[in-house]
Amino acid sequence: MRLDEFFVTGDPLIYGADVSIALTLIGAIFALTYFKKWKWLWSEWLTTVDHKKLGIMYIIAAVLMLFRGGVDAMLMRAQLTVPDAGFLDAKHYNEIFTTHGTIMIIFMAMPFLIGLINVVVPLQIGARDVAYPFLNAVSFWTFFMGAMLFNISFVIGGSPSAGWTSYVPLAGLELSPGVGQNYYLLGLQIAGIGTLLTGINFLVTILKMRVPSMKLMQMPIFTWSSLITMVIIIFAFPVLTVALALMTFDRLFGSHFFTMMDGGMPMLWANLFWIWGHPEVYIVILPAFGMFSEIISTFARKTIFGYKAMVYSMVIIAGLSFLVWVHHFFTMGAGGAVNSFFSITTMLIAVPTGVKIFNWLFTLYKGRIRFTTAMLWALAFIPNFVIGGVTGVMLAMAAADYQYHNTYFLVAHFHYVLISGTVYACFAGLYFWYPKMFNHRLNERLGKWSFWIFVAGFNLCFFPMYFLGLAGMPRRVYTYGVADGWMSMNVLATFGGLLMGIGFLILVYNIYYSFRYSPRETTGDPWDARTLEWSTPAPVPHYNFAHLPEAKGHDAFWIMKEEIKQGKKPEKKPYKPIHMPSYSGVPVVMSVFFFIAGFGMVFSWNWMSILGLIGVLATMVIRSFDYDKGFYVSVEEIEEHEKTT
Amino acid sequence: MEAVEHSPNTPLEYQTETGRLNILGFWIFLGAEIALFSTLFATYLVLVGRTADGPGPAELFEISGVLIETFLLLTSSFTCGLAIHYMRNHSLKGVFVWIGITLALGLGFLGFEIYEFVHYIHEGAALTTSAYWSAFFVLVGTHGAHVTLGIGWIILILIQLKQRGLTPDTSRKVFISSLYWHFLDVVWIFIFTAVYLYGMVM
Amino acid sequence: MASNNEQTNSHSHFPWSHVVGFGLSIVLTLLALWIGFYSGFSLTTIMVIVVGLALVQATIQLLMFMHITESEDSTVQVGTILYAVFIAVAVVAGTIWVMSFGMHYM
Repeated sequence: MRLDEFFVTGDPLIYGADVSIALTLIGAIFALTYFKKWKWLWSEWLTTVDHKKLGIMYIIAAVLMLFRGGVDAMLMRAQLTVPDAGFLDAKHYNEIFTTHGTIMIIFMAMPFLIGLINVVVPLQIGARDVAYPFLNAVSFWTFFMGAMLFNISFVIGGSPSAGWTSYVPLAGLELSPGVGQNYYLLGLQIAGIGTLLTGINFLVTILKMRVPSMKLMQMPIFTWSSLITMVIIIFAFPVLTVALALMTFDRLFGSHFFTMMDGGMPMLWANLFWIWGHPEVYIVILPAFGMFSEIISTFARKTIFGYKAMVYSMVIIAGLSFLVWVHHFFTMGAGGAVNSFFSITTMLIAVPTGVKIFNWLFTLYKGRIRFTTAMLWALAFIPNFVIGGVTGVMLAMAAADYQYHNTYFLVAHFHYVLISGTVYACFAGLYFWYPKMFNHRLNERLGKWSFWIFVAGFNLCFFPMYFLGLAGMPRRVYTYGVADGWMSMNVLATFGGLLMGIGFLILVYNIYYSFRYSPRETTGDPWDARTLEWSTPAPVPHYNFAHLPEAKGHDAFWIMKEEIKQGKKPEKKPYKPIHMPSYSGVPVVMSVFFFIAGFGMVFSWNWMSILGLIGVLATMVIRSFDYDKGFYVSVEEIEEHEKTT
Repeated sequence: MEAVEHSPNTPLEYQTETGRLNILGFWIFLGAEIALFSTLFATYLVLVGRTADGPGPAELFEISGVLIETFLLLTSSFTCGLAIHYMRNHSLKGVFVWIGITLALGLGFLGFEIYEFVHYIHEGAALTTSAYWSAFFVLVGTHGAHVTLGIGWIILILIQLKQRGLTPDTSRKVFISSLYWHFLDVVWIFIFTAVYLYGMVM
Repeated sequence: MASNNEQTNSHSHFPWSHVVGFGLSIVLTLLALWIGFYSGFSLTTIMVIVVGLALVQATIQLLMFMHITESEDSTVQVGTILYAVFIAVAVVAGTIWVMSFGMHYM
């Protein structure tokens, strides 16, 4: 392979990216060396198995991916603002919408939510760590290496360009001969390993690691939503694993699952992809629902309305989410009976979701609402999500879908549910739990600026797209003509997109600003909140709880505070040594080998993939022979910690 | 590990918190494996009959070979269960003997499967021949890869058993690997039914 | 604890549950074979019966070899497997139905 085929050449945007990547790397290496932080990086972060630190790393990676996906989005908006624009050519545009979609779903939304789950859920259930701390580190590092593998495609070898759904035959070898599609397959495969492990890990954590006094029906709603999410992950991700593997076999080893020849069935890919893909939608929305429930309840200063209805509606969603996948391809022509069945199940699943909306409204009703930034995001979510949900029901009607399908109407719909659902929740959760992670709040004034600009921009960007869709603008086109008459609304959308970008930048600035100027936390409970994570001191000690807390109902911490107000004195119990797991370098090394194996397969360099896989197996063997039992935190150390806080 | 209440009769593998958590986690992993194999079965069943110009299954499948494979794996599942029985009677020797037999049967199964695959390829049915054979080789091959991995894994555990004897940690590992081994036989039951029986009767 | 009793019962004695499970598995396999080749039923009937027999045999393995009900977490274990069976049916039956494009299958 020639060097100019290995590196992507010929585009000034890419050269710019090359330079900035090189500068960032050099800068990071220089800074780590200059401040003598290599050892700190290795022993505090790269080898950590602490769920709080892993959560923070997930979130940092997700924010970086949000930036990358956002830049892709801005490039698309720039190209589409005016008719017949020449900013991007068709191929480049295809690459950008492919990476935008894939990154936002797989490498931004999921890790952001999983990051917050990592930080919050063990604290909410009174646990000192997750059930399998080592696997938790494997989860993070395989996600991270999968994301990096996918991301380097745009400077080395070329990006995938067949859309985030990678429909064949477009994604097949004949029409996508380059390595881009291989990056998609391998990057997602490696990251998927981590997601599956997270699913098992947190399911067992929530079921088995709760403080003994916390009953299932006393768990905070966010914990419940995480539990249901994990169930969906466990049963949905293996389907993706298989689908990706089959396409990889088609592309690398000449099998005929999805090919046009020798009996292959291209439409089988769509079917398998969406068997995973639809549950995936609930994987990224249920934790968001959980966060909004916590935030609304805290800032309305009321317990959540209809706790049981909330739980049961999520259980129903978990079952139904596996029975609706065909609505993503009604137009494939599976026949009247099939389309009717999936049309009905799709409308059914809107019912439990509707129940939740009413529960939030009734929680707000007669509440003494505090309009913090986190709460503003939650309040904006409700009306915006309803718009997305109602247009979703419109799309659920199979006959009508023949009109909406493949137009901007659909684009508007899923951005309304995914941005006002998932992204608002990520921001809300970040503002809400930021003090738990970093020991200071984010600035509220900047936060509100960022909120208003982003929400205004979001609606300005995506509301016109409904009308663009009804006016016939197809999705995934890289340009359109003057005569189509779509320009004015596209200009509006681009302007909205710009505002969203500004809102995001203000958020990033806020992180820096608050790091410098925000007062440090002293209480650990800055919002007068309700659940157990707020009972931990600031900063949260690495063992989380010196004494395991007691849960006497949901809103366990609120009940504790009420008891103290009524004069109950917290009893002084002696500390006992606390058992904690040891840090390990194996997960990060194993994931590096996964990266090497994946990179080798992308380029069909067999020696490299075999080397990588041997490395993976070797690290597994090392782990199998490792009988490290962790260590005990001594009573003196606990006393020291508890004194300072 | 924190001291946990358990009766003296509780098997070693359930005596520690780690033991119980890992066994439960592995059951959940098996749930994910069921989803994985269902997807492969779904793919296979959709692609049945799509043999393009290549041979069909009825021409190539031979009942004797399939039955030998089936009974080797079924018996290995039985002997693996016996190994756990001996483990719970604290007989290290029993564990070694019966796991040894299990591994031998597993290797025998693999040998016959490899022979079968090679035979098909000679008869002009390979991964690249048609959609049907792609699905066949990937479904049955994924199972075979699981068996191979299982054999390697169990050998590692035997080494640890040799080094450390029966402890809560090693028994946990033996028990979990036994769950895995039984599960592979469960999958084979469905391969036997949906692939071989269906393919020959069709 | 009730579950522990079962665990204690399973050792010290002859491994009855394994032997019976093994015997049943052999019988079920041969029965499926006979139905497939010699019963003369229609293909659909054969497939319904042999898939049923496979499910029975799988259940035997889960109960008699894997002791799915023995631990204190048996509810979760059984629940996981049942949910997995639901997923399996949804994926396999759903895929076959969807990909048949309204044509009669088999």
